[in-house]
This record gives sequence, structure tokens and C-alpha cells, in this order.
Amino acid sequence: MGMTSAQKRGFGATLWDWLTTVDHKKIGILYMAGGGFFFLMGGLEAVIIRIQLMSPENNFISAGLYNEMITMHGTTMIFLAAMPILLGLMNFIMPLQIGARDVAFPFLNSLGFWLFLFGGVLLNLSWFTGAPDAGWTNYAPLSIQSPGHGIDFYIMGLQLSGAGTLMGGINFIVTIVLMRAPGMTYMRMPLFTWTTFVASILILFAFPALTVGLFLMMFDRMFGSAFFDAALGGNAVIWQHLFWIFGHPEVYILILPVFGVFSEVFPTFAKKRLFGYTAMVFATFLIAFLGFMVWAHHMFTVGLGPVANSIFAVATMAIAVPTGIKIFNWLFTLWGGSIKINSAMLWALAFIPSFTIGGMTGVMLASAVADYQYHDTYFVIGHFHYVIVGGTVFGILSGLHYWWPKMFGKYLHEGLGQLSFWTFFVGFHLTFFIQHFLGLMGMPRRYWVFLENQGLDTGNLISSIGAFFMSFGVIVFLINIILTTIKGKKAPRDAWGSGRTLEWSISSPPVHYNYKQLPLVRGLDPLWIEKMEGNKNMTPAEPVDEIHMPNGSILPLIITIGMTIASYGFIYQTGNKLWLIAVYSGMAIALISMLTRSLKDDHGHHIPKEELERIGD
Amino acid sequence: MTDEMSTRKINSFQKQKNKQEMQRMVVSFALMIIFTLIAFALVMLEVPSTYVIPIILLLAFVQVGFQFFYFMHLKDKGHEVPSQIIYGGVFITVMVALTFTVITWW
Repeated sequence: MGMTSAQKRGFGATLWDWLTTVDHKKIGILYMAGGGFFFLMGGLEAVIIRIQLMSPENNFISAGLYNEMITMHGTTMIFLAAMPILLGLMNFIMPLQIGARDVAFPFLNSLGFWLFLFGGVLLNLSWFTGAPDAGWTNYAPLSIQSPGHGIDFYIMGLQLSGAGTLMGGINFIVTIVLMRAPGMTYMRMPLFTWTTFVASILILFAFPALTVGLFLMMFDRMFGSAFFDAALGGNAVIWQHLFWIFGHPEVYILILPVFGVFSEVFPTFAKKRLFGYTAMVFATFLIAFLGFMVWAHHMFTVGLGPVANSIFAVATMAIAVPTGIKIFNWLFTLWGGSIKINSAMLWALAFIPSFTIGGMTGVMLASAVADYQYHDTYFVIGHFHYVIVGGTVFGILSGLHYWWPKMFGKYLHEGLGQLSFWTFFVGFHLTFFIQHFLGLMGMPRRYWVFLENQGLDTGNLISSIGAFFMSFGVIVFLINIILTTIKGKKAPRDAWGSGRTLEWSISSPPVHYNYKQLPLVRGLDPLWIEKMEGNKNMTPAEPVDEIHMPNGSILPLIITIGMTIASYGFIYQTGNKLWLIAVYSGMAIALISMLTRSLKDDHGHHIPKEELERIGD
Repeated sequence: MTDEMSTRKINSFQKQKNKQEMQRMVVSFALMIIFTLIAFALVMLEVPSTYVIPIILLLAFVQVGFQFFYFMHLKDKGHEVPSQIIYGGVFITVMVALTFTVITWW
């Protein structure tokens, strides 16, 4: 590897390399590519929804297909687009930021990715036979009574990709606890690493609730149990609890990593250290902590009673405090900085007002009394798109522009970047701002059509026009990626010239072992410290010596294929017991692969000292 | 020479510690089995459920403690971060169970 990997290889060898890779950087790219693909799917579904709602009593798609469309849009965007792209960024950047050569469990990392991908593909295969149609929240009893296999695909697809995500979360926690470079104390970790850590803890605690919920739902639908069937002594509200005990931390899993991205982008392009680093770290923890005790604010109208509603309302409003701390810290970071505006910075700057609007409507929704008016209207749609698009998507795009030179060695084109930013930004506000008012005027969410002359026509038309602007922005971004790949400007190590953290001290893109010598970290913003002392590069913490790296393996892919076959079997065995063959053979494939992994020793490989010395740095 | 001496000393110290650790493990393992037997015995002897339920819960609680502190090493030095994460998990689980009890099942 190393030098030789730069030589041209055949298509087969390259494909095999990507299928078996355990390199955190390649897995990160795979996550982003997979997430990007599902983002386009979800975007297409969004555009179809907006075309349907462009005019009153439209007949673009049928009512049933519309239900499938909204369900798949939400599920795809949350589970298969936003989260995997974030996991991809974390995977690629976090080990570089803490000065590690890979994550703690490279094999598990690869398994996590394949499980996500196949879970997503399984879910989307449902389009051929009828997609899930009970909304992304999949509330019982609607989901229990939904005919066909759509919901079954939802259950098995999310179970697979959820298992993958859980593995990713555990992996990141262990990596950050154990694999920081010499001198990298907790309070010297970059903010993106901190938010990765906290988001991973959230994954660890939140996903089991989803897993349990999905299993109960699976048993209800496939094996005749009655957890959610009130007629047989079950309770449908338990699904809502389980879903939101997972679901609310989930939205913090989506937002915390991009808080980390912004905390890297602002200091770099304002040429100032992050204002209030310690406060930022504690605010992150506080948000994570409070994020676990607010789930019932999604259920104010269920009838939990005034006491429960009040407790959850107050807890919800409390989250505005740490989030406010963060917003002000970013503003103070910008204050008096020598600000350079480019596309990465534009996305970050646009995030502040957009996300703050989303936060404000969030506090409005947190008021349990007022929520009776807002619940299940377009006001809610407006709110959560302001936080998820205005927060997570802006953050992802900011992070992609910021780290693209590090990940691929080439700058994204600046002009195209700004074009896609402005069209998407304008389109975003056109689409979603008006939806708040549509909601206040009484337009319910998830309705297939609305009636003429009820004051909803113009608003919906404007909203749909905005969606086209956003699509244009995304297409420009895709063109940008293609053009950059063909003939982008080459990036040096410190691509922006004002990099502060460790990832900017190594080549762009990094060699597969990241660091020839692990760097010695002497404080917060380690690269900046070295640069201020006139050093060109990091001080090494160890002499050049052979490097131990993990071997690639095809087993994660085979395990995943086995699991996917078994999932297919589970879905269809309700109709025909012959499908149990798929369950058993799929599980056999997976278990035998696991056994192989356990019994066969694989000690990885060593990169000899001579080769490292030959390469230089 | 002195080097060898000191390593031997450290080794014997380590051995002593390992032995102690092993003893504790065996004791807690035995206690856990006894607890389980007690729980089963109480049910089989048809003791009224007013007594059985709280006793079993108490035994379970102690057993979880053994599990965490002895078998998952929460008491050991250098295990602070895993301990904190597990306490976090326990906190959230308890809170969820409490909420379920109060607002769904009560």
C-alpha cells in the first residue's frame, strides 16, 4: 500500500478495495455517498409532495401514494440521509482531529456502514410493492392496521440501519476515550470531536428505545402479539413513548454534530479562537442531558394530563438556554475577527438566523397550551424544517465545503458553491417560512389536498416555488462535485491557510495511516499553537517506527447480506411459510460469517519503517 | 540485579492483588447464585406476593450492583469514563421507567 496505492489499478481491484475497506476515511466517504444518494431520493419525494400541493385539489398523485411519499420522505431524510452524512463526516474527520490512525473498531465500523446501506436499500425496495404509509413516526394503531407489507419494510429496514448506527456510536465513543494523541486532554479536543462524542452517547442511549419499539411492532404485525392493540389489552400510546424517547434525542443527534462543524468553521474563517470553548462543551452536554427529558412534548395532545404536560413544557423551554449560549458564542467568535467569506462560511452564517427562527418557533411549540392550536399543522412542518434544514443541512453543506479539500485534495468551486448557496437559501425560506402561516390558518399536515379559496392557495404555491429553488441549488452542488473531481484546484495541507486543528497538519487527502508520527498536542488548537511559534508542522510525539494497521475484510458485507436476506424472509413469511427458508439461510450466512471472524485470528499488517522513511512526510 | 528484584516484588504484589480480585469475584458469583435460588424458592413455596415482589426486587437490585461493580469493573481505577456512561444509562432508564409508571400505567 502507501506509495503503490497511487498507481493505477483495475476496476475490479478498486471495487474490491472499497467493498472490503476498514479505513475510516473510505468508510466516511462511503457513508457520505450513500447518504447523498438517499438525500436525492428524499429530495425527489419532497418535490413530488410540493407539486401535489401546488394548487388546490390537485390530482398529481393519488391519496395512497401521497401517504407513502410523505412517510418515505421523512424516514429517508432522517435515517438515511442526514444521519449517515453526519456519520460520514465524523468518521472521516474525528480520528484526524484527535490524532488517531483509525477508529477503535475498524471491522465494526465497516459492518455499521453496510448495515445502514442495506437497511436503506431494503426500505426503498418497498416502492415496488407498496411503501410504508403511516407517517415517519409510524404511530400505532394506524401502522398495525396498514395492509400490505409497507410497514414491515419500515420495521426491518430501520432495524438494520439502526443496528449499524448503534455500532457507529459505540465505536466513536471508544475511539475518543482511548485513542487521543499524546497531550490531547479532553478539554483540548476540537469542538467537532466533542459534539461527535456527545452525539455518540445520545445514539448509545436513544437507539435501544427504537430497537425495542420496532421489535414490539414487528411482533404485533408478524407474530400476532398485541402490545399496541387496545382491544387485546395493549396500549398504542406506548409506541408513541418509545418512538419519541428515541426520536427526540435523535433530533439532537442530528443537530449537535453540525454545532461542532460551525464551531470549526467560524474560528477558521474569523481567524480567532472559538469564544467560550468551555461553555460550548458544557452547553453541548446540557443539551444532550435535557434532550432525554422532553420527549413527551411531541405528545401534548395525547392526553397525558396537565402535570405531565407542564413538566415537559418547562424542560423543553430550558433547552433554549444552552442553545442560546452557543448562538452567542458563535456571534462573539465572529465579533472583531478578520472574517473571510466563502461558501463554507456562507452556509455557517446563514445557519445562525435560520436556526434561531426554528428555535423560537420551538419555544412557541413547547408551550403545551398553545400546542393544542399548532399540533399537526403546517406550523410544525415549518418549525422542524427550519431546524433540520436550516440547522443540519446547512451544517452538512458548510462542513462539506470546509473539509472537501481535506477529504479529496481539491477545492470545491467557489462560484458554483455560492450559486448553490444563494438559490438554496432563498428557496429554503420561500418554502418553509410561509408554512408557519399556513399552519396558523389551519392547514393540517399530511393531508393529500386542500380546498380552494380558503386562503391557502397562494401560500402553497409560494412554498412549492421555493422547493424548485432548493432543487436547483442541490443540482448546482452536484455539478460542482463533478467538475471539482474532474479538474478542481489542488489543495495543500492547510487548505484554508488558517487551520487550527490537527487534520490540517497532514496531507490532503491524508495517507491511509493518517500520521507517520503521532503529533504532540500542546494545547487547544494545536496546529495554531505550532504555527504561532513559527513551526511549519506538528512536533512529533514518537520516533518514526513501523505502523500497525488493520486488514480489510469482506465479512462485514457478507454478514449484512445475510441479515438482509433474513429481513426479507421475516417480511414475507406472514403470507407464505416457505419464506422461513430465507430467514434461516440468511441468519446462517450472517452467523457463520461472525463465527469465521471470531475464530480466525487477524492481526492486521505492519507498515515497515523503511517504507515510511522512503516516503518522507 | 536490583531491577530484577523490584520486578519480582511488583509481580508478587500483582499476584496478591489478582488473587484477592479472584476471591471477590467467586464470592459475588456465589452470592448471585444464592440470590437466584432464594428468588425461585420464594415463588415455589408460594409465599404471598406482597412479600415476594419487594424481596425479589431488592435481590435484583443488589445483584445488578454486583454485576456492575465486580463483573463490569465499575469500582476499579481507570474505569471512570465507562462508569459515568453506565450511570448515565441507568439514570435514563430509571427515568423512563418512572415516567411510564406515572403517566401511562398508573
